[in-house]
Amino acid sequence: MRCRRCREPAVIELRRHHAAFCQPCFERHVRGQVERAIEKHRMFGEEDRVLVAVSGGKDSLALWDVLLDLGYRASGLYLGLGIGEYSDRSGEVCRRFAADRGAELHEVDLAEDYGFDVPTAGKRGSRSTCAVCGLSKRYVFNRAALERGFDVIATGHNLDDEAATLLGNTLRWQTEYIARQAPVLPAKDGMARKVKPLHRLSELETAAYAFLRGIDYVVEECPLVAGNTQLRYKAALNALEATSPGTKASFYLGYLDRGVGLFADADDAELAPCAACGQPTTGRFCAFCRARAQVLGEPLGEPGDGDGAADRQVSRELSEEVLPAELYGDRG
Amino acid sequence: MKVRLRNPDREVEVAGARRVREVLAELDIDPDTVLVIRDKVLLTREERVEDADELEVRPVISGGTAP
Repeated sequence: MRCRRCREPAVIELRRHHAAFCQPCFERHVRGQVERAIEKHRMFGEEDRVLVAVSGGKDSLALWDVLLDLGYRASGLYLGLGIGEYSDRSGEVCRRFAADRGAELHEVDLAEDYGFDVPTAGKRGSRSTCAVCGLSKRYVFNRAALERGFDVIATGHNLDDEAATLLGNTLRWQTEYIARQAPVLPAKDGMARKVKPLHRLSELETAAYAFLRGIDYVVEECPLVAGNTQLRYKAALNALEATSPGTKASFYLGYLDRGVGLFADADDAELAPCAACGQPTTGRFCAFCRARAQVLGEPLGEPGDGDGAADRQVSRELSEEVLPAELYGDRG
Repeated sequence: MKVRLRNPDREVEVAGARRVREVLAELDIDPDTVLVIRDKVLLTREERVEDADELEVRPVISGGTAP
């Protein structure tokens, strides 16, 4: 098998593109897809400070690598979740990556900074481990970006993640979630701007890129999760892709081209500052503060503050897709 | 030929002297969902492997271990 561009021996075949690439041409292909995403959706410019949410997995580290390679002002943010050796290893690879490239890495530790870790939250709270993990990441990333002066948060969502999420939201016709599946979520009412520069690349491409670039990433999945709904959607899409290469791209990128405008009116959430922490929420207290209070057994507000609207808000916030699927392992 | 599978880590023995795609088919693995690595080099599905080779088959799908 030969590279489509230079005819040297290929190291990867991309059936969706009817192409195979050697290593240099493949790396060029990946960088080109990221550049195209950034430019087409006007994600950020050369002067913007970009905060890359890194987990130690292939997607987020590949994204950070590409952005640095393209010359963007990209710093990393690693959130320590307290999941034993898994978190220890995740933190190590992020620190080593940053040190090797002379890049800036910010760190937040859930236990040190907020008083609980994910395993404890899963046992004590009413939400699943993955739910409270995802909620914590979204909260911390947003807060850190705003407090530390970043212009935009970049996450490592890839094409497979986005297609699987769109499939799930479409199967349930959750129009307000569908409306928010754009690769750019503009800054709004205390929410930092969020972008997904890998959304044109499959998991195969991001994994191959990370491997070929010699990025030491965490291959193991989070020990707290054994399969989730997102994984089943991915399996269904992979089954379609096996016989019809390009199905995932057609589904998600087609949605961006022709479907996204149909749902624009469905995202009408009004945000206001959380009464406890000031972060944006649709209720009086944000879902993170409510979850944290529950886990720590601390009161939050006055008796009777909790209501149905708050529960709906939690459901809504947990469904917002702003994290890479590589984090699904510890997100669910 | 030794094949190291990941998530969870385990090792299986399969026949070599054939193409990667045939090895993956025997293991019931979709070639688009894994990296196949031999001696720190990525292999395409058309690459031939031999009995003496040692392969790593590394999943690319994130989102939790298999249900």
